[in-house]
Amino acid sequence: MITSEVILKSLGEVGTTVLLILIGTVLVEALLYLILMKWLKYKYALPFMLLAPAAIGLIALVIYPLIWELRLSFTNMSLKAFRDPAFIGIKNYVRVFTEPVLKQKMFFPLLGQTILWTVINITFHVGGGLGLAMLLNRKMRGKGIYRAIIILPWAVPQVIAVLAWRGEFNFAYGYFNIILTKLGLPGVQWLADPVANFAAMCMTNIWLGIPFMMVTLLGGLQSISSEFYEAAEMDGANAWQQFRNITLPLIQPVLTPAILLGTFWTFNNFNVPFFINQNELESSDILVTGLFRAAFQYNRYGFSAAFAFVIFALLLLFTIFYMRYTRSLKGAYES
Amino acid sequence: MSAKHTTPKKSFFRSGREDSPFKRILIHLVLIISCVIAIFPILRILAVSLRPGNRLMSTDLAIIPPDATLESYRIILFEKPFLSWVWNSLAITISTALIGVILAATAAYAFSRWKFPGRSVGLVFLLATQMIPASMLMIPIYILAIKLGMVGTYRGLVIAYCVTSIPFSVWILKGYYDTIPVDLEEAARIDGCSQLQAFLRVLLPLSTPALAITFLFNFMAAWNEYLLARVMLGSQESLLTWPLGLQRLQGQFQTQWGQFSAGSILVMVPVMVLFLYSSKYLISGLTLGGVKG
Repeated sequence: MITSEVILKSLGEVGTTVLLILIGTVLVEALLYLILMKWLKYKYALPFMLLAPAAIGLIALVIYPLIWELRLSFTNMSLKAFRDPAFIGIKNYVRVFTEPVLKQKMFFPLLGQTILWTVINITFHVGGGLGLAMLLNRKMRGKGIYRAIIILPWAVPQVIAVLAWRGEFNFAYGYFNIILTKLGLPGVQWLADPVANFAAMCMTNIWLGIPFMMVTLLGGLQSISSEFYEAAEMDGANAWQQFRNITLPLIQPVLTPAILLGTFWTFNNFNVPFFINQNELESSDILVTGLFRAAFQYNRYGFSAAFAFVIFALLLLFTIFYMRYTRSLKGAYES
Repeated sequence: MSAKHTTPKKSFFRSGREDSPFKRILIHLVLIISCVIAIFPILRILAVSLRPGNRLMSTDLAIIPPDATLESYRIILFEKPFLSWVWNSLAITISTALIGVILAATAAYAFSRWKFPGRSVGLVFLLATQMIPASMLMIPIYILAIKLGMVGTYRGLVIAYCVTSIPFSVWILKGYYDTIPVDLEEAARIDGCSQLQAFLRVLLPLSTPALAITFLFNFMAAWNEYLLARVMLGSQESLLTWPLGLQRLQGQFQTQWGQFSAGSILVMVPVMVLFLYSSKYLISGLTLGGVKG
């Protein structure tokens, strides 16, 4: 059922916004043209004009909100004190570490859970992805069909995939329990039992994430010339030695960014824990869903802001160490 | 490779059809099992969508149920506002993906061809934005949107979708531009083009594959976005996008399983076709962006 009223309303809403963006861009460009190009005759006038719209957007929607959030994190803003929040110094940051961040859960157990979640997922993503990529990187019949089918989970919109998986974790009608019962085993309370719920989250996310790793690593494997392996065979290297000394080092340039990206995505994964759990069990929360719960369920805005910066600091530290350790992204920002 | 070498035993990494039959069967078996794991949950959605209303809850594992019916499709298409959810999503997604690509394409050009002051800071900043958890930005954006009166309209949502995809797009496009020789633009400039014309007439047409990938990425990101839409649109019934609508079908007292699955299939199939069709370009674009930076 769709009415012309709805069509026009959403078109109008989108249209006016697009128009506003266009007018804003034209104004900014005209201003920059006059100042940088005509008045200052600046060497880099053109690149700055090319950058301006994107830069302004990012400043308005990323940098400004972050600064605003930093200020927020030193206040006690909540639903009660929405209009007149008071400045309370670093109390929120102290609270993150000393009081439960959710109703019962403290910060460090939540962090431990998130690390466990990330490690389990990345291990399976990389292991499964690399294994499948190596199987597919051979001359064989039906390779294209296998690849197309294995990629499919990546193509399913995440919301649908995760909601459908949640349905399959239903105690009586989901296929996991149907299969378990057919095998003569007792069914599992996937949605109510904390450990089973966490396992359910991991299974869903592993299923969702393997195709990306496989595709990326397959690209890396294909770029390795088979001459390396031929030479190694002549020297009598066995399969493990070839994997260890040729495959791994040569896919490093693809593997390292893929792991880094995968770690961020998994650590920050919202959809899977949120939809499998539907905000019911606090025990299944990871940091980012806990943050959402603290902000939008318990409405502790100031506190959540401090919580958010603690999470961000952790990610930043991880990145710095990882980059120091691998050095692989060095070229990326120095080039 | 042409030389026929003497080693009789070929290793795992190069061998093809000369493998022992046992090994070949084993590899095919592993791949077939992976395919089943990959596709089974998707086929289950199809199975549930085809069940008649009184058999939604059943322990049947057949993909096409014996009494298959399109009843759920009829209900969701003609009795539920499903089509208007899809329309809303389409309107938002196409416009934001287009704007996002345009903004990123020009910014990436600046990053690729000039060593302007602040360039490396900018690139690191773009990388750093990928670390920010979505729910972290949600808090200030939500409160600011309340204060600006943008909750319950598309304004905030459209602007946010345009902008959030920029960093990733710039990385991919810059990586691609870097592989195109500057000589081409210089030749065009000798022929009397301005720098901007050289960009528009020479570089952009050459970058069509990368632009298509970026558009696709932006499209998918906005098309599947749930969190920000939920926070920004509130309970505006007529403005819902499809992820919100479908979640609502599942979230009510009693899950409308059949309708949820039928809606999912309708949304999913076009996206999957598009994805498979473009996956070749997608892969090359991703590895390029990853390796070359």
